[in-house]
Amino acid sequence: MSRSWMRLRSLRRSAYRQVGNLAKIVTDVVCPFCGTLCDDLEVALDDSGEKILEVYNACAIGAAKFLHSQAEDRLTRPQMKQEDGSWKEVTYDEAVEYTAQMLIDAKKPLMYGWSSTSCSAQSVGSELGEVVGACMDNTATVCHGSSLIAVQDVGIPSATLGEIANRADRVVFWGCNPAHAHPRHMSRYSIFPRGFFTGKGSKSRKMVVVDPRRTDTAKMADIHLQLEQGHDYELLSAIRVAIRGEKLPKTVAGIPAETIYEVAETLKSGRFAVIFFGMGVTQSLGKNHNIDIAIAVTRDLNDYTKAAIIPMRGHYNVTGSGQVWGWQFGFPFCLDLSRGFARYNPGDSSSNDLLIRDEVDAAFVLGSDPGAHFPVGSVRKIAQMPSVCIDPHITPTSAVSKLHVPVAFVGVEVGGCAYRMDNVPIETRKVVEPPEGMLTDEEFLTMVLKRVKEMKGAA
Amino acid sequence: MAKITLTPTKTPTLRLEAENICPDSFAGKSNEEIANLHVFVGKESQALGDYFEIAGESGSTAAETTIVINGDVNRVKYIGMKMSAGEVIINGDADMYVGAWMSGGKINANGSVDAFSGLGMTGGELIIKGDAGNYLGAAYRGDWRGMQGGTIRVSGNAGSDVGTFMRGGTIIIGGNVDVHVGTHMEGGTIIVKGDAKSRVGGQMVKGDIYVFGDIEVMMPGFQYRKDVDSEVDGTTGSFALYEGDIGERHGKSKGETIYGKLYMKH
Ligand code: SF4
Repeated sequence: MSRSWMRLRSLRRSAYRQVGNLAKIVTDVVCPFCGTLCDDLEVALDDSGEKILEVYNACAIGAAKFLHSQAEDRLTRPQMKQEDGSWKEVTYDEAVEYTAQMLIDAKKPLMYGWSSTSCSAQSVGSELGEVVGACMDNTATVCHGSSLIAVQDVGIPSATLGEIANRADRVVFWGCNPAHAHPRHMSRYSIFPRGFFTGKGSKSRKMVVVDPRRTDTAKMADIHLQLEQGHDYELLSAIRVAIRGEKLPKTVAGIPAETIYEVAETLKSGRFAVIFFGMGVTQSLGKNHNIDIAIAVTRDLNDYTKAAIIPMRGHYNVTGSGQVWGWQFGFPFCLDLSRGFARYNPGDSSSNDLLIRDEVDAAFVLGSDPGAHFPVGSVRKIAQMPSVCIDPHITPTSAVSKLHVPVAFVGVEVGGCAYRMDNVPIETRKVVEPPEGMLTDEEFLTMVLKRVKEMKGAA
Repeated sequence: MAKITLTPTKTPTLRLEAENICPDSFAGKSNEEIANLHVFVGKESQALGDYFEIAGESGSTAAETTIVINGDVNRVKYIGMKMSAGEVIINGDADMYVGAWMSGGKINANGSVDAFSGLGMTGGELIIKGDAGNYLGAAYRGDWRGMQGGTIRVSGNAGSDVGTFMRGGTIIIGGNVDVHVGTHMEGGTIIVKGDAKSRVGGQMVKGDIYVFGDIEVMMPGFQYRKDVDSEVDGTTGSFALYEGDIGERHGKSKGETIYGKLYMKH
């Protein structure tokens, strides 16, 4: 990313713009929803500057995130589940006390989530996890964790989305459907933008989609490889063979050899190829191996042209969580701090394995919803143990937890750093004030950390 | 050889981390000292004697020590991890990391073992009567050195990722294996007497893989070369030799490219 561009951006941080005498417009707002982390949103506020009226430039799911924060029936104080299953409002201090006690009492607490909050909150969480000897994991564990394993095994030739917009003329979407999951990805970075070397926009790019389903993204592709489900590894391996011009079997993964040679040639003949990949390949059979060999394809292509590979990270700051833990502990997810030093081994220290194997005895969830994304068996375990859920919303996770602590929305009611899917850090902005007396997750974590230290000091 | 017997007396809540159940830790210690060796349940350090009744005695060196575990230790991790000599006999099932990074001695697991057993091992023998979990003889995450020496023999089935990044030694599976066998393999031998599912020898650089049964889905980067007769772990037979993984990098010897070899029994 060029310096002058960065300077330009900071100059544009003009913040408020008055529109007529009705609404205020906040410019350069960052969308805290998906890993695309769009930073060009504009939000219209009412006269008082307290209510969000309209969100411009965002896609539908991004805009919904801002408007949800305005819900009338929003929870503004912690709730503790009672014996009879009903909820009772408690103070933040009581919530801090319960959380601190739970983390201290547990032999091996699981502290999960961390993907929908700021890096500074993640960092306070890391210190807390270290003090209480927790297992810490983020949503990568059910998403791009396999990518992180592969990167650790074989490295990764990557690039920023800015480079892609300006240079990439061969774009592969493997096992991902940005049309729905990252709606502005193609318009801002990968397919439509007219960049320095991609002046004709989508006309200067060839688009390849690999997906067993005919998705809305696949319908836009120049080439759609509709492979048999679960054979990504074989197809990627075949592309490597084809890149070398070696002989292939008649079909691989249901795709005829000629088509595979054609794709290999398309990629080799470009000036800059990029592979974007998603959960269709990170969570299907073979997991990390699929990414490992996709990285190998990228490496092979660099013998002929320039090539890069980028994971389509889901939550807006799951990447940041990996960054923070990476520099603090050396590992980006599946951390086991129980013995006072960081250990890491997905399959052993991964949340679902820990839950299913009865290896943890308390659950602390922040900035994620395992109740909706984990297998039923794991969720049942969370329901059986002491548990705290820190989330602005009422979610399937908060519903099974003993304590629900609502907090301010990061990126709407409090700023903070987040990392885009290409590992570029972007500072999110505060747009409106949170409801009276509500804490941010960072403030809540800081209070719990302080209380834990007091309790441990006293013990 | 001195023999020391551990009989489980209580099932751990959560899992027990017991890397001290290893001839190298026991050698030269009295039974009382052994009972006081630490085990971990989460962040709590407890004593080995809280979980096992200890009888017999250990030898003065690891090589002279045989540890017999009489009972199920399927919630106990790290048995025989990093052992260099002596013997461990497990009369029951064991949890993860049995014989991980072992460099010598012998482990006889008479039941089944969970994942990551024989991880990165460099020598010794790991004999498993039951089944083995995933990542048998593989590399630890991010390490390019999987099993480098010694022998692993499993009578039953093995999970996925057998011998990932393997560089030496021998793995023999009596039964079937799940996906990914010898991925990234750079040396050593894997023998599968039953069937393999798919992804056998993917990204393989060098080494030998024998499959007696079927491979459900063959990797596209393997090419048939010729039929060969050979004796493999006591069985003589005719094998179809394939070479690969063609897409992967390969070294040269005397001007010839050296590929990984995959033998399929006729
Ligand atoms: S693409 Fe993602 S970051 Fe951009 S507006 Fe939509 S949800 Fe927000």
